[in-house]
Amino acid sequence: MNRPLSSATIIAALLLAAWYLVRAALDRAPNRADLIAVAALGALVTVLALVAVAGLFDGSRPSDTATFAGYLFTTVAFAPAAAWLARMEPTRWGSLILGVGCLVLPVLVLRLQQIASVTGA
Amino acid sequence: MPDNERTDIATRPRDAALGSGLGRVLLLVYGTFALSASARALVQITTHFSEAPLAYLLSAFAGLVYIAATVGLARGGPRGRMIALVSCTIELVGVLVIGTLSIVDGVAFPDATVWSDFGAGYGYVPLVLPFIGLWWIWKR
Repeated sequence: MNRPLSSATIIAALLLAAWYLVRAALDRAPNRADLIAVAALGALVTVLALVAVAGLFDGSRPSDTATFAGYLFTTVAFAPAAAWLARMEPTRWGSLILGVGCLVLPVLVLRLQQIASVTGA
Repeated sequence: MPDNERTDIATRPRDAALGSGLGRVLLLVYGTFALSASARALVQITTHFSEAPLAYLLSAFAGLVYIAATVGLARGGPRGRMIALVSCTIELVGVLVIGTLSIVDGVAFPDATVWSDFGAGYGYVPLVLPFIGLWWIWKR
């Protein structure tokens, strides 16, 4: 796993989570900028995943490749899923959906790092 | 962008769909748990089932309960509400019983499930979730 890229993703997700939770607390529905921001985060996560997949071919495979692949897929799909649900919910709860989604993403990235660090050498 | 999209809760009908509003937030959380619990069970059962059969079967059961709750919330209507109500109740009982057992009798639970130690491995979300879920379903 690419450390700087993972850290950047985690920090970006946490900042966005704080923002969305404040928006939800203030009873604001997600606006266009909010949805664009979550899409940008999704793009960042996708780049991270692509780098991680590329890393699988340089010899240091995680010992549990199936679990790693499962987490990778879930992580990539998470931001789009949250955005999709949030678009159907143009209320404060839509902002909360984005906030929860952005809180789960760092956990997924940390788990990916954990699984990647256990290599079956 | 101006913040003129302030939402008006009062306009939401009392009998609005189970899967809207806070229900849609629950949908995301339950969906996540449905996926993580069943994926975990699948990996545990297919790779090292004999190590802790009871724990792994419980993982699979927890996964099914979360899937049922997610489906119930998404479906809505009297039937979806009933499915969600039953699965949230099982979930509440499950997390309390398994949580207690895993602390009292660690031998029977050598490997973790979502409900072990009251869901501590998942930030205690499995413990809090059924309360929010039941409250939400009850309110409808």
